[in-house]
Amino acid sequence: MKLGYRNQKRGRAAIIIIVLLPVCVACLVPLWIIIAASFTDNARLSADGYRLLPSKLSLEAYRYLLVKPNLILTAYKVSLFTTVVGTVLALFAMSTLAYPMSRRSFRFRNVLSFFVFFTMLFNGGLVPTYILITRYLHLKNNIFVLILPLLVNPFYVLLLRTYFRGLPDDLFDAAKLDGAGEFRVFAQIAVPLSTPALATVGLLCMLDLWNNMYLALLYIDEKTLYPLQYLLYTLIDSMNMIQEGATYTGTATPYLSVRMAMAVLAIAPVLLSFLFIQRYFVRGITLGGLKGD
Amino acid sequence: MQISIDFWTLNVILPNVDSGTAKLAPAATGAPAKIRRRRTSPSNLPLLAMSTPGILLVFVFSYLPMAGIILAFKNFSAASGVFGSPWVGLANFAFLFTSGAAWRIIRNTVFLNFLFMVAAQVCSICVALLLNEIYERFVAKLYQSILFFPHFISFVLVGYFVYAFLNADSGFVNNILVALGMQKVAWYSHAQYWTAILVLVSLWKGLGYFTVIYLAGMVAISPEYYEAARMDGGSKRHEVWYVTLPFIRPLIIINVLLTVGRIFFANFDLFYNTVRDTGLILQTTDVIDTYVVRSLRVLGDFNMAAAAGVFQAVCGFLLVVASNWLVRRMDPEHALF
Repeated sequence: MKLGYRNQKRGRAAIIIIVLLPVCVACLVPLWIIIAASFTDNARLSADGYRLLPSKLSLEAYRYLLVKPNLILTAYKVSLFTTVVGTVLALFAMSTLAYPMSRRSFRFRNVLSFFVFFTMLFNGGLVPTYILITRYLHLKNNIFVLILPLLVNPFYVLLLRTYFRGLPDDLFDAAKLDGAGEFRVFAQIAVPLSTPALATVGLLCMLDLWNNMYLALLYIDEKTLYPLQYLLYTLIDSMNMIQEGATYTGTATPYLSVRMAMAVLAIAPVLLSFLFIQRYFVRGITLGGLKGD
Repeated sequence: MQISIDFWTLNVILPNVDSGTAKLAPAATGAPAKIRRRRTSPSNLPLLAMSTPGILLVFVFSYLPMAGIILAFKNFSAASGVFGSPWVGLANFAFLFTSGAAWRIIRNTVFLNFLFMVAAQVCSICVALLLNEIYERFVAKLYQSILFFPHFISFVLVGYFVYAFLNADSGFVNNILVALGMQKVAWYSHAQYWTAILVLVSLWKGLGYFTVIYLAGMVAISPEYYEAARMDGGSKRHEVWYVTLPFIRPLIIINVLLTVGRIFFANFDLFYNTVRDTGLILQTTDVIDTYVVRSLRVLGDFNMAAAAGVFQAVCGFLLVVASNWLVRRMDPEHALF
């Protein structure tokens, strides 16, 4: 009887595994096609189009990017800078915001919570923000415009607050009795105890910053300040920029495959980190409730 | 017996279970009331000081723009600035709603967001139910990871994928069509295909995310309930219908209401990168957010864009409040505020 049930379960699992296989394949096929295209000979790519397997294998695109790496290298640097600096600043700003909210002894915690969480419900819209940033703050073509608007995300603040709240109050009281000030309690007790939540939020911030193209689209005109994602965005239409920077004299730019190679190079860090940090994301989603989209 | 789980408790407990320590963290709501402390404590000032950087950021980037809502009622000119520009009353709104663009973008935004929501919720619940049945932990984890992977890809690259699939001359789909002896389709010049394409793209990107949420909810259900169901002679179908689904119902409600609350806000990145402002297909793909950005960047028309933005913000706000009110009526514990 028991054995029969087991077998039945096994059988069902096998069927499910087979049923879901195409879904999983569908999740990966687009990526595979881009990778395959980046390794395809440019002439064949424009003649045959995108295929599952390169019709003629070629490293031309990657060689081109290595010979003349200025363009993508600059964009990589910009993205790296915004991601690293942005994550550090965001963690600082959000944890110092979430911690007081979580303290039951803090008189203004409800006011503060309302102040932050109200922005999830209502906002001024793009036009006022655009005018504020370009005409009043004069942040156009400033690298920090890619960071500052993303520093405080109310959903992540909520996540951190929930975690801080879970820490036992007695701990803080004891530290205070021993003469520690609020800053010290925060830095030496709350933060070390909250590394899982901080790590999760940090990773979410990293992803947001690395993948953001919206801010560059609106506020960055200068090509040297293009982050990677925006550079890729501008490239899908035209290869003007690559050709501008081309000193790859003698041969035509293998623009189709180069474009795909750049896309692969933009995914690479995400792909690599995905393998290691995915479980933190899973934790983050289930920890803080739900993010908007 | 009423079966329900506290959503927040679930979320606070899960990570602990995950890391092996099954301590029960107090839930954000419903925890026994603590002994009331002194209302003012010497820690108020330092805590306030601590939160200053965050407060400043929120104030500058979220509250200052709210003052700019008056722009929707003004004829903005760069020379006279936000406060110097002349008032025009509701002229911007009148212009927006008589231009014909308004109805198109509102209809597209709401309709597409609705389709996205239905597709994502239905499919992710189904996939989570299936994954929950796989007892080979390795396979289940692997599948979940693969499904979750698109969540990490930026929409710019999603745009690349779509382009690689659909471009008329060399796209993957057209290659297949030709191989099957069919005609190539000029995807980027026919508006009628794009509702389906956008739903697929959105589903591809969002399926794993919601699957993770639902699966986490299902894993937390105690096996005893299933045993009880089997004792009573319930089939697998009964287990799903009378145990699993009732347990994840609060999650479904929250997800649906959160999405409904934002139904006037399109995912700008998704639309901008997959549609790429292709004029021929705007009829079915133009949404409020892309319209505002286009007005701003290409046409330099601040007035209509501001009016559209305010319309969106107000509708969105009312919907969030209304949906929260609904949750509160049905299930007060799960209300957002």
